[in-house]
Order: sequence, then C-alpha cells, then structure tokens
Amino acid sequence: MSALPPYASTAQISWYYGFRVICALIFFFLIFPIIVIMPLSFNAEDFFTFTPKMLALDPAGYSLKHYQDFFTNPDWQQALWNSVRIAPVATLLATSFGTLAAIGLSQSHVPFKSAIMAILISPMIVPLIISAAGMYFFYSRIGLQGTYWGVVLAHAALGTPFVIITVTATLVGFDRSLTRAAASMGADPVRTFFKVQMPLILPGVISGALFAFITSFDEVVVVLFLGSASQKTLPWQMFTGLREQISPTILAVATILVVISVVLLTVLELLRRRSERLRGLAPS
Amino acid sequence: MSSTSTDHMDAPSDGIMRAADGTPLKKSLARALRREKLRSFLLILPLLAFIILSFLMPIADMLFRSVENGIVKETIPQTVALLKTWDPTTGEAPGEEVFAAFHEDFVKAYKDKSHTRLGLRLNYDEPGMSGLFRKTGRKVAKMEPPYKDAFIKVDKDWGKVETWAVIKRASPVLTDGYFLSALDAKRTSNGIEMLPEKERIYLFLFKRTMILSIVITVSCLLLGYPIAYLLANLPLRTSNMLMILVLLPFWTSLLVRTSAWKVLLQQQGVINDFLVWIGVIDDANRLIMINNQTGTIIAMTHILLPFMILPLFSVMKTISPSYVRAAKSLGANDWTAFWRVYFPQSVPGIGAGAILVFILSIGYYITPELVGGTSGIFISNRIAYHISTSLNWGLAAALGTILLALVMLLFYVYDKIVGIDNVKLG
Amino acid sequence: MKLKLMLLATVAGVAFAAPAVTEELPPCDNCSDSMTIVSWGGAYSKSQLKAYHEPYQALTGITIVNDESSNEAVAKLRAMNEANNITWDLVDVEGPDAVRLCDEGLAMPINADELLAPAPDGTPASEDFGDSLISDCFIPQIVFSTTFGYRTDVAAWNGKVPTSVCDVFDLENFPGKRALEKRPKKNIEWALLCDGVAKADLYDVMATDEGIDRALAKLDTIKSDVIWWSAGADTPQLLADGEIVMGSTYNGRLFSVIEEQHQPVAMLWDYQVFDFDGWIIPAGLPEDRLNRVKHYLRFATDTQRLADQAKYISYGPARASSAPLVGKHAELGIEMAPHMPTDPANMKNILVNNIDWWADYSDDVDAKFQAWLAK
Repeated sequence: MSALPPYASTAQISWYYGFRVICALIFFFLIFPIIVIMPLSFNAEDFFTFTPKMLALDPAGYSLKHYQDFFTNPDWQQALWNSVRIAPVATLLATSFGTLAAIGLSQSHVPFKSAIMAILISPMIVPLIISAAGMYFFYSRIGLQGTYWGVVLAHAALGTPFVIITVTATLVGFDRSLTRAAASMGADPVRTFFKVQMPLILPGVISGALFAFITSFDEVVVVLFLGSASQKTLPWQMFTGLREQISPTILAVATILVVISVVLLTVLELLRRRSERLRGLAPS
Repeated sequence: MSSTSTDHMDAPSDGIMRAADGTPLKKSLARALRREKLRSFLLILPLLAFIILSFLMPIADMLFRSVENGIVKETIPQTVALLKTWDPTTGEAPGEEVFAAFHEDFVKAYKDKSHTRLGLRLNYDEPGMSGLFRKTGRKVAKMEPPYKDAFIKVDKDWGKVETWAVIKRASPVLTDGYFLSALDAKRTSNGIEMLPEKERIYLFLFKRTMILSIVITVSCLLLGYPIAYLLANLPLRTSNMLMILVLLPFWTSLLVRTSAWKVLLQQQGVINDFLVWIGVIDDANRLIMINNQTGTIIAMTHILLPFMILPLFSVMKTISPSYVRAAKSLGANDWTAFWRVYFPQSVPGIGAGAILVFILSIGYYITPELVGGTSGIFISNRIAYHISTSLNWGLAAALGTILLALVMLLFYVYDKIVGIDNVKLG
Repeated sequence: MKLKLMLLATVAGVAFAAPAVTEELPPCDNCSDSMTIVSWGGAYSKSQLKAYHEPYQALTGITIVNDESSNEAVAKLRAMNEANNITWDLVDVEGPDAVRLCDEGLAMPINADELLAPAPDGTPASEDFGDSLISDCFIPQIVFSTTFGYRTDVAAWNGKVPTSVCDVFDLENFPGKRALEKRPKKNIEWALLCDGVAKADLYDVMATDEGIDRALAKLDTIKSDVIWWSAGADTPQLLADGEIVMGSTYNGRLFSVIEEQHQPVAMLWDYQVFDFDGWIIPAGLPEDRLNRVKHYLRFATDTQRLADQAKYISYGPARASSAPLVGKHAELGIEMAPHMPTDPANMKNILVNNIDWWADYSDDVDAKFQAWLAK
C-alpha cells in the first residue's frame, strides 16, 4: 500500500481514503472495548456507564474505591493469591517438559514425528469444554478433582503446546554446527546444552513460558470444573462476578489485567527482536 | 557424532568403508542414527507421558463414559440375569420368579441408596422411571410375597410390559443410549425412533452452534481481511505500530473482553446511552444487544478477530507486490488486479484463519454463557449443564465426543492446508 | 396445615425480642482445625458469616473456608463421592436438594435430638424444628420464599402497580423485561395458576404431560421478554441496573436491594412460594472433620444463632423458639417483621413447595423445560 501516485483518479483517491477509514473503524472496534473499561473503573458510583460528573471531568466523579475494594476484599485477594500460586508452577512444568520435547522433536530423525506432534499439540486444539469435561471425570476417578495439584497439572497440560510451538520456531533457525563445534571441543551434552544451545533458544523458551503463564493465569473453564473453593482463581472470581453480582470491582481488576498484558506484550516483542538478532536473521 | 568421521587413510582392501575403530561405516552410521533417535525420543518421552496421563487419558475416559452402562447390572444383578430369558414380545409381564429376584436386589440397593441412581439412569430411557424407583424404594422393605402383587400394589407400572422392557434393554454393560439421546433419538420396542418434535434439542443446538460459528467466522473474515491487507502493505515501522492494536486484544484476558462487552451492550450500557444521547433512539426503546445471539456474535467476533488477522497477515506478507504491479502494467484496473491476482494468493491465509476461528468458535463456552442468554448459547453450554446441573454425565460425554469428532475432522483439514507444525503465535 | 401454623407461630414471635442467652461452648475433642462450608454467596452468606462463622471462629480460633457452590452442590458432591475424596465439610442446600442427596446416599442421616441443641426451655430439637425436618439428612436453618420484585419507576406502566403474580404474564399492562429462574420449579406453578388452574388441583394437573405443556404454553406468551437467571443475585442486580422491570428471586435478596441499597424497587408478595433451606453433612467424612462439623452445628443451629441470622437477612428462622428473639436489623435498625415472608400481611396468597412431588417428577419436567428453553 504505497502512497497515492500523483496521477490517481478521483475514484482511486476516494477509495484510498475510504479504505483507511474502514480500517480505522475496525481498529476502533478492536481496541475500544478494552479502552472503555479503564476510565469506568475509576467511577465513583457503582454504575457501569459514564456519569454526568465523569463526562464533565469533575474529579468528584472519579475515585479509586473499586481498586481499594480489590486490594482489601478477602475474596479477591484469595483469588489473586490462588492465581499466583497456580500459574507459575504450571508454567514451570509446561516449560521444562515442553523445551526438552521441542529439542527432541527438532532432531532430524524422530520416528512418528507427526503423530507425536499431533498428540503434544492436542491440548491446544481440543475445545476447552471437552478437556474440562474429560479431566473432571478422570480426575474425579483418581481423586485429583478439587485439589491444587489437579488444577496445576491440567494447566500445565494446556500450556505445553505453546512452549513446543515457540521453542520449535526458534530451533528452526538454530545452527546445528554450533553444538557440533562444542562437542568436538570436548563439551559433554549437558554442558553443550546449557552453554551453547540454551542461550540461543532462550528467547523462544521465555516467550513459550509467557504463553503458558497467560494460559494458566487466564484459564477459567477447566478450573471451574476441576477446582474447589480453595483453588478459586482470579478469572473464576471474575466469571462468578459477571454471572451473579457484576460489581465495578471487576472493571478495576480488568484494568489491572490489561496493564499486565501490555507488559507481557512488550517483553515478548523485545524477546522476538533479541532472538532475531542472536540468530543473525534480518529483522523482518 | 564424532564416531562417524571417515577421513581414515588405510582402509582395508575389501572395499568396505570403515570408521576409525574399524567397524564398517554403514554399521557405524546406523548405530549413530539409532543413538540419535533414542536420544531425541528420551527428550520427548517425559512430555509425551505427561500429556498422555494428564490429558489424553481424561479424553479417553470421557469417550468411555459415553457408552459405559455398568450400573444396571451392578445394582440389580439377579434380575438382569433372569430377564435374559424373558421375551417382551409375548406381551406378558415377567413372572413371580423375576419379581422375587428383583425384590431381593431392590432391598440391597435400597440399603446403599443406589436404587435412586438406577432410577435416574433408567429415566434417561423412559421418563417416569426415576419417580417409580423413589416411590417403590420407600415401601420395598415392608413388602411380603407374592412380590409381583406387592410391586403392582405400589405402582401399577410394575405390571406393564414396557417397564420391564426398558430395564431389559438397559441391561447390557455398554449402551448406545447416550449417543441416541445426543441425536434426539431413543430406542423403543419398535427400534430406534426420533423424539417428538418439541422435545428435540441437541440436533437443533448443534445446528445453531454451526450457524453462529459460521456467522462469526464470516464476520471475522470481513473485518480481518482489510486489516491484514493494510498491515501487510504498510511500511514496516507503521505496520509494527498498528500490529500492537491487534496483539493487545489478543493478549488481553478473555474475561476482561467479555466484561467489556457486557458493559458496552447492556440496555443501560455505554452504547445505548450514547445512542440515546445523540438522539438516534429514544430512552424507552433502547436496543437489546445482550443476552441473545447478537451479544454472542459481537463479543465472539471481537475475541476471535486476532486469530483471523494473524494467519492472514503472515500469508499476505509473502505475496510479492510485483505481481499486482505486473497486472496493472498489463492493463488491469485496481479491482481486477486485486481480485484476479492478489486475492487468489491470499486464499491459503483465508483458509487457515477461517478454520482456526471456526474450530475455536464451536467449542466456546464462557462468552456465550455470559452474554448469550438462552438464544445465543452453544452446544458447549449444554455439555456444561449436563455435567454440573442435570448430572447426566453419560449424555455430556456423548455430546462432547460428537463435538470432539467434529473438531478433529476440521483440524485434519487444517493440517492439510497449513500443516500442524506450521502453527505460529503472534 | 401444620407448616402454616408453625410459620404463623414464627411471625407471632418476631414482634418482641428477648435478651440473648450465651451458652458456654464445650471443648471439641479430636477435631480438625479448619472446615470448608459451602453456601450460596451474596447477602445470604454474609448473614451466615455474621451470625455463625465469626462468633464460632472467635470462640474456637479455627479457620473456615467459604465456598459459594451451593447451586452445584449435588453435582460436586457426586463427583467427590465417586473419587472418594470429600473436600466439603458442611453444605447449605435447599430442601429438595437435601431430599435428593439423602436419597442418593450422598448426605449423612442425622438424629436431630442427638446432634442439635434443645431450645432454651428444654424443648427437644426435633420438636422445636418441627415440620421443617423434611428429610433424615436435613438440618434446617431458615424459611425463605421466592417472590417477585418490581421497579416502581416504570414510565410505560402509566402509574399502575402489579398486585397479582399474574401481572408477570401481562405484557400489555406491564411491558418490559422480566427475570425468571432458569428452572421449571415455581415457574410451572405460577404459569398454571395464572392460566386458571385452581390451587388445590395444581400438582395433579402438573403430574400430566398436558399440564406441563399447558404451563409451557403460558410461559411461551412472555418468553421473548424473559431474562433467565441462575443465581439468586441476578434479579436484584438486573432490577437495580434497570435491565428488567420485574423478576423473581428470594425475598431476602430483594430486602437488601430495597432497604440497604435504597433502589426504587418494591415487593410483590402474591403467591410467594415457601421453601426451607439448611445444612447437610456429606456422607463419609473422616472422624476428626465430622467431630468438628458436629461441634459447629450444635452452636450454629441453636436458638440464639438462628435468631441472629434473621437480623441480617429477612428469612424466618426454622426453630420456633428463635422467633421471639428476632428484632431489628443489626445494621439498619429497622423492624424485621414486615419484611419476613411469614408476616401475615405478606401471606394472603402463598404456595408451599411440594417437595415430594418435585423429588419424583423433577427429572422429567426439567428435561422438557430445558428443551423448551433452548428453542
């Protein structure tokens, strides 16, 4: 979409601008719902719309009370604490298993490679409600339903496909002669892995871990079925809140989560650039 | 790997290439290959075992539950054994012998309260069985022989052939009953029959799930195509900036976006307030955009749009602008150049994006549950209902199995188009 | 009708409050030091927290984990039973669910006189609770009713105010969205009553397929204007937000919208449906946890505690002896009597939920209702 040539006809000019207006509207559709909750979360009233005071930018129309509620209400705090307790452990499991498997899969002679790949990716493909149903039935049978480890294992399983995909992607550009060089200079495989391979694929591992983390941190369907009250996570609390008593505190939580996503997004972008630089690929 | 070195000067004269240690090169290579295979397999093994245990076995368990039917035989074993020789086509209810065995089974079942569970199970096949079992349970301990009369005295249904035919039909340890229910059919003495029109629900829900998913996929395509096109054709710096607007919603919690739409779409919500304020609608006629299909379509289109844009974008990025330029220099106008040259090259992206959005859409649960009311819910909501409210787990499993089969089929198509290891994120 | 008499006795006592009697709590031997209590959430859980949990925790120092899963209690208890891993210690359920759980062997049968404290005057618990002991496993707490609330500021009604439950079905005079529960129970009864079925014939008509079809046909007339709720807090929220003009819910929820949040909402008591709500103990608890639950229950269901709960929410205590102890709302200071479902002024037309009928028929009616709902 290069700039308009000087000889463009009226139709071309109007299409050129018309197209940009359409795109701007679609971008608006994408981003507006996320933006709109932010000011609303500072509403001094318990409403979900802009009060006249807010529209007049009167400071009295704004307050931090919903944030205060989030940080003082034991239900929300417990939910936050549970999320913080579950997500990192699930991430750790998913990342370590996933990275090893991705390295294994990237070797040139893996028997049944595509079948194995299909199995490992399946948690991402199967609709969550089906995973949740199956895990609910099965974990009930073996006594993991309603336990901390049940939720952690389920979340780890859901997170691994992301790790596999991102790490495999970094390994595609990985120069195999580097490990060979290390080996020929007498490094054992473990040392080669940590000193040569790991630093190079680290960006992929970290972004996979971020994906796994957000999968667990944002997951509600499985935890709804598998968890009990003592595993009530932040999304679960939001879900009940939305279904039952939709308090503006939800918008405050939502705003905080958006800020977290922005941070994660930035980290990911930086990692991507670093990875490309390290692998000597031109930034594309 | 070092053992595969071949620069060995004094090879024996038999013509076989040998490795440094004197083993034939072929053998040495094969051994190295085996070792490499083993090593890669060992690397994969922990995850493979983990996924099989924590994920595939649950799925297999669900598949099994959709046909499992041990409860009848476990609860009333003697009755089931005796009913084998009873023929419902004679038009006669079973004799005293069966009733006596049934009484013994029932008393035992009543003690551990499993009779109500059996009643509930049989109720799936024939409405009224659950009530019958509960009612009989309250009186069974005081019954005196002859038992046939005693049972019929509690409820005359015990004297009917159909009651016993239902029990006989439900006796096998595996059943297709849940799958039949999931397809709005049931087994009667005349074979498989569809349920009466007004009680059919699942085929209808599957159809609705499909139609709404198609609508959502098409809206995603209509909104996603221009964006992907713009991003793929803008200078890198600008497109990177604009890409953030796509990635931010992608990274934002699903519940955050769903709550945002709830806030926007309510009757007293932001959009209605705005429309009233600018005078498009009056206060009494606010638009109803939530708790119905409109709500589901709008919210899910927004949520799934990035999944359409990203694959489209990665395909369009590879389309060289020189083709369009060539077409134009050969006399095509803008539209022809786009439609005949650019668009066909973007079709793989459309295929990938559309299938991805469709697969994600037909399994959605949270968003329809929160903004869909009753007319905007999907088959997943029904599965959840059967798991946690009606407790008909067999039916939930059967519905889940059908949905899973559908997704697998679509995924197979996706694999053919895109390739399973070409999935990219962000 | 004995139940009605008991309810009236409850009311009679509400007017005057007697001084509280504090009982010395006996020590608890071989008891776990934390328990998970499952309840409904919202204002109701808060009333239990204030009246039962907080005083009990203050006296014993144990931890109480609250789980708001009562609306899924039957499913979750079944899953726990299957796994042989009961994570709940005490579950708050409605009467019919208690009957079902008891029937299926998922709840533990109790002996009321052994487990529960007698009334202060020595009346045994079984007599004091009377008719509210509807199942061998059920430990009653409250009498509640399901009734309608409506907004008092609906312009389209031209000043008219709904006075009969049948006004819910009258879209001409009372246009606007209404909220009904996403379950057949009560909706079927109201629909038939408003379709001309006499109260005495109600459950006989409902026992036929035609009766249910007739009720669904009546509901069909308003279906496009109904928002279906599944949690008790939905209707109050929707009323407060102006998303609906009227809706059914539990009377205590409406009380908090009207008296605590001062929303323009009023009660429509016509044909309120009475129900009991109470505790069940899951079957198969290990001994130390069972001891703790028993210890807690003896405290939390005594005469004073049940009366205390009524100071936070407008539900009638299930013990006859608690009634005289209920007085003013603990925080608002208003007289609770006129807000009780059992107040004579509110009881002109009532329906008592036929628990046995629903136990026998609910699976069939529910399947039909859900199929109807999905279309």
